[in-house]
Amino acid sequence: MTWEVVIGLEIHAQLNTNTKIFSGSSIAYGAEPNTQANLLDLGMPGQLPVLNKAVLPKAIRFGLAVGATIGRKSVFDRKNYFYPDLPKGYQTSQFSYPIVDKGGFLEIEVDGEIKKIGITRAHLEEDAGKSVHDAFPGQTGIDLNRAGTPLLEIVSEPDMRSAQEAVAYARKMHELVQYLGICDGNMQEGSFRVDSNVSIHKPGTPFGTRAELKNINSFKFIEQAIEFEIARQIEILESGGKVVQETRLYDSEKNETRSMRAKEEANDYRYFPCPDLLPVVVTDEDIEAIRAEMPELPSAKRARYVFEFGLSDYDASFLTGSRAMAEYFEAVVSHSKDAKMSANWVMGELSKSLNQQGIDINESPVSAEALAGLLARIQDNTISGKIAKQVFDAMWNQEGSADEIIAAKGLKQITDSSAIEALVDEVLAANAAQVEAYRNGQDKMFGYFVGQVMKVSQGQANPGQVNEILKRKLS
Amino acid sequence: MHRLSIKQMSEKLRTREITSVALTQHYLDRIEKYDGDLNAYITVTPELAIEMARKADEMLDKGEGSLLTGIPVAHKDIFCIDGVKTSCGSKMLHNFVAPYDATVVEKLKSVGMPILGKTNMDEFAMGSSSESSYYGPTKNPWKLNAVPGGSSGGSAAVIAAGLAPFATGTDTGGSIRQPASFCGITGIKPTYGAVSRYGMIAYASSFDQGGPMSRSAEDAAWLLDAMSGFDAKDSTSLEQEKSDYTAQLEESLKGLRVGVPKEYFGEGLSESVSNTVKEAIEVLRQQGADIVEVSLPNKDLAVPAYYVLAPAEASSNLSRFDGVRYGYRCENPQDLSDLYMRSRSEGFGTEVKRRIMVGAYALSEGYYDAYYLKAQKLRRMVRDDFVNAFEQCDVIVGPVAPTTAFNIGEKSDDPISMYLEDLYTIPVNLAGLPAMSVPAGFAEGMPVGLHLIGTYHSEAKLLNVAHQFQQVTSWHEQMPEAYQ
Amino acid sequence: MSIGKDDVNKISRLAAISVSEQEVDQVADKLSNILDLFAQMQAVNTDGIEPMSHPLDQVQRLREDVITENNHRDKYQKIAPSAEGGMYLVPQVIE
Repeated sequence: MTWEVVIGLEIHAQLNTNTKIFSGSSIAYGAEPNTQANLLDLGMPGQLPVLNKAVLPKAIRFGLAVGATIGRKSVFDRKNYFYPDLPKGYQTSQFSYPIVDKGGFLEIEVDGEIKKIGITRAHLEEDAGKSVHDAFPGQTGIDLNRAGTPLLEIVSEPDMRSAQEAVAYARKMHELVQYLGICDGNMQEGSFRVDSNVSIHKPGTPFGTRAELKNINSFKFIEQAIEFEIARQIEILESGGKVVQETRLYDSEKNETRSMRAKEEANDYRYFPCPDLLPVVVTDEDIEAIRAEMPELPSAKRARYVFEFGLSDYDASFLTGSRAMAEYFEAVVSHSKDAKMSANWVMGELSKSLNQQGIDINESPVSAEALAGLLARIQDNTISGKIAKQVFDAMWNQEGSADEIIAAKGLKQITDSSAIEALVDEVLAANAAQVEAYRNGQDKMFGYFVGQVMKVSQGQANPGQVNEILKRKLS
Repeated sequence: MHRLSIKQMSEKLRTREITSVALTQHYLDRIEKYDGDLNAYITVTPELAIEMARKADEMLDKGEGSLLTGIPVAHKDIFCIDGVKTSCGSKMLHNFVAPYDATVVEKLKSVGMPILGKTNMDEFAMGSSSESSYYGPTKNPWKLNAVPGGSSGGSAAVIAAGLAPFATGTDTGGSIRQPASFCGITGIKPTYGAVSRYGMIAYASSFDQGGPMSRSAEDAAWLLDAMSGFDAKDSTSLEQEKSDYTAQLEESLKGLRVGVPKEYFGEGLSESVSNTVKEAIEVLRQQGADIVEVSLPNKDLAVPAYYVLAPAEASSNLSRFDGVRYGYRCENPQDLSDLYMRSRSEGFGTEVKRRIMVGAYALSEGYYDAYYLKAQKLRRMVRDDFVNAFEQCDVIVGPVAPTTAFNIGEKSDDPISMYLEDLYTIPVNLAGLPAMSVPAGFAEGMPVGLHLIGTYHSEAKLLNVAHQFQQVTSWHEQMPEAYQ
Repeated sequence: MSIGKDDVNKISRLAAISVSEQEVDQVADKLSNILDLFAQMQAVNTDGIEPMSHPLDQVQRLREDVITENNHRDKYQKIAPSAEGGMYLVPQVIE
């Protein structure tokens, strides 16, 4: 019998609030050390927490999106341990009564198979600060700006059976929290952190001892780290050894995991209800109000793109890949009223340019409105699709709006029939031999004539009219 | 001057017969003269006091301010004052200059009450004798080799000796009432949530409650009025509109149902204290109150439940004292673990360490259900006893402590007998009820307090009963001879 | 219920309070006395009684998500045992 891999993920999604979960300090990224660490964040004596109003609807929105039970009475507990980046000596978290309770799940697709991954719970908690290890000889520096940043910790069931499944789940979750507008998803800045619990066992026997792979900041590395960890555990067990329960760090340069700290001994966190905070009560009305404001979820959006816009499954998936992409696309469609044409441009020229520069769609120099302006000129025959690509490139380089560029470069399409007819006559006269060949049955030559006419018109002749006139003249 | 009531002082200040500077200086002089022996202050802040008194005088000159403007106050060293050392009686915070004001401090500053200094206390408020202070024990002004009670022993002593007209205290398991009883002054622990805990260094958060300590109930009512009220910075602050604590002072006690719990007069209570308290109850009866017997059957469970729950909360609350961001740090820490272990074992005193360890144990794996959860259930049973008793009476009366002030050193080595000192006060904290200690006479020459316990939010009623009692008694006006 | 040396050492680690070899017996003794005091709780029937975490029946109040705190780093670090370059310093932590 072969080994079966068992993976569960704990994902920390930083909630995109203005202030910390229990204090009025900013959570903006990148500030000078400890300039956003105030009295409560520093754990000063006598300081008391008050819960940030903004975190609850965000957590509940998540719970509703995954179909989980919402904790009507959730309780903040203290998780007690000593670490320099934990200023109070405890982390305020939710242990027994989380805001998002059982019943949630996410569907993932791997190799064409759809699989349901259970979500055990999701709870609110405060982030710790940061330790800086290399700036002071023999000492560690502590920056508490991040301490108290609101997190939603999303715990999955151990339902994943391969690194591919784990990454599919993590990506899906990454997409979801951004869709819901609760997390910016920035993995480089640590806004979305994935811890993987990996173990192996023989099917039909109890689960094996797991190792936890912590804080890996790209999907590629998550997959590599899990693959490495699976191989490591198989090797240990097959050579008669035992897997130790521990936290392991992934080294992306060496592509290996290594032990960080053994977990078994210090693992007595002495959770108890935080006496400085009272139970958080959520009513039916609160939930209904949040449900009414829910953004459309990716799966619903995809289905709508197929049915309402007549797009292919592939196109619909591509365009709903991120909330920003879908919003851009829908903005273009709202002007152009032509979903297929809009899809082609967003997935074609726009995505190509974005990829080339390695930037995100919301940083695009061509706005959805500007792109729609370009499409309008194709639709009203001012320019051809081919010219439009040229115009797009100019727009990308910030040369102006579609109309300005068309006017400045004189790219307006020739639609005057007599002018086109003159061009056609000119081409036919200059290519008598080819005309002869066409008439003798070489139908393929028709395209050659179209090309020649377009060439002499410098691409500006209306292709439809060129076709029509050529057909008439050659018949 | 120090024998005047607050109302009288206020009158003299408003008519400008005296100035706040003079009044404040009078107390500073007395502190200078007497506190060397008493050791009731950890820090005296003469410059701050005079500066604030000057400002108060400016207000008074213009006819501004309230009844308390210009009257000095001493703060228990558990309340943070911006720019003033706030030690909580601990070596751990010996070098801690607080960077902000507690809400209570801010409120009393805003009405113009000059700050005389910070009073001595049991380390981190853990104790019933004020002996566990890093700054040495405070002495009882009635008898210098006796303790003043604790943990707010410094505050009680300064009122008794006339070293401040007012003091703030905190009461987690009896820390306002027991020292008030031992020193013959008036103290009230309000309903949990009535006084903001923001800036009050936490011992056990779900029990801690600040309150006033003064000579008379009327004085206490004025100070409580100024200290209390909703505070958005404290999640456990009561949101309801606060009562006017002075409004009911003059009401008659006719028809008042006074409950006497039989369990409060059982084994362990000294006979002389019992007699003094019974005489005080007789006074209430003569004032028209109906005395009824009530029962608090689970009283004896309160002490063990409290000594599980309060240390459990404390073990977590005191984890922030780690030598990293403020407070004591050991010399030359070898590594991180050494930094923690040594800073904490050198910075904390014996009793604080003991409670942290008990609390950590009660919360640890395998013991949580048997200790912590069990104690939480008992807490509800004790609370329910009060709820039931208050169906038959308006206030409950009894002793505050089983004895009068014991001698320094007598119990400091025996934690259990020290814990049992609080058997009458602790049930009130478990329930979160308001309660007072009112001077009720003397036993063997030492003061005895009458315990008044009310239902939730009944501070005004308690103060009314105490004030009426003080209209026909003069125990609260007594002062030890040496300090008159 | 009595507490042994191993228990004291475990609690000492959890509480981050060192207990020297000389103190350990005395600490064990005092803690055992306190546990004896707790023992009387176990005899009480508490079936069906809901644990009470808090004396108030209120629910958690919420704060507006508005920045109210400014940078006071210099003031706060003035009371720090060891700080440099805006950071608090501790002995090297090895991960």
